[in-house]
Amino acid sequence: MELYHVELLSAALFAIGVYGVLARRNAVMILMSIELILNAVNINAVAYAAFLDPGRLVGQVITIFVITVAAAEVGLAMAIILRLYRIRATANVDEADSMKW
Amino acid sequence: MDAGLVTFSFLVVLVLGGAFGVVITRNVAHAALYLLMSLASVAGVFILLVAEFLALVQVLIYGGAITIVLLFALMLTRAEEFSNVRDNPQWAVAGVAAISIFGVLSSVIFSNKLDVQQPIGPGLEELGAELFTNWVVPFEIASVVLLVALIGAIILARASDGQGGE
Repeated sequence: MELYHVELLSAALFAIGVYGVLARRNAVMILMSIELILNAVNINAVAYAAFLDPGRLVGQVITIFVITVAAAEVGLAMAIILRLYRIRATANVDEADSMKW
Repeated sequence: MDAGLVTFSFLVVLVLGGAFGVVITRNVAHAALYLLMSLASVAGVFILLVAEFLALVQVLIYGGAITIVLLFALMLTRAEEFSNVRDNPQWAVAGVAAISIFGVLSSVIFSNKLDVQQPIGPGLEELGAELFTNWVVPFEIASVVLLVALIGAIILARASDGQGGE
């Protein structure tokens, strides 16, 4: 297993996540795609920490923070989606356009 | 091919298969389960990269918490109505954008191949020492962020029967 194998996996996961964010209209699906993107970043950070910077742990520590923020983000985003669903009876992000200019 | 590469290829198939399932399936509950499959396989990649603690955290937080929160929210909001939301008509443009991002990233990766040694990971003891000495302030800030997010989520989710936010 070489470093560029892991980098390619991370790039592919990132691209799939970007496709999901752009192509989906369901807010929950967009949230899941964002999780995929964050995981691509995590894989990259851990791979660089393991291959290039073995003595220090910056990559792993950054990954821990990314996971923490992702957990907070999912909690808040689900609360917002539930609220949107209760008010508008929809989870379609195209219909939540009251801030659109 | 050594055993590590075989295991890694297997995990790549699982990660990318789960990710494709997330962005392709119409059923939101299925998408959450595909997401669980993908994220659990990412934990396997972390083990191959000698980051055992992160693999554990990945299974606990992503597999245990985030997927369950998503499934619970779907359960509370009648998931079958979520499934009626069709994809954006610009999905072809999104596909082109995703493929070009992958193309750019992989060309950068192949043009900058680094000569590297085997993956080495310090143990959990070093990680804990690093986290609580050099990174202790960001760590505490992260805990405050989590607390604020929790309180905010509770307030957002129950505002309708409280002071009536509508």
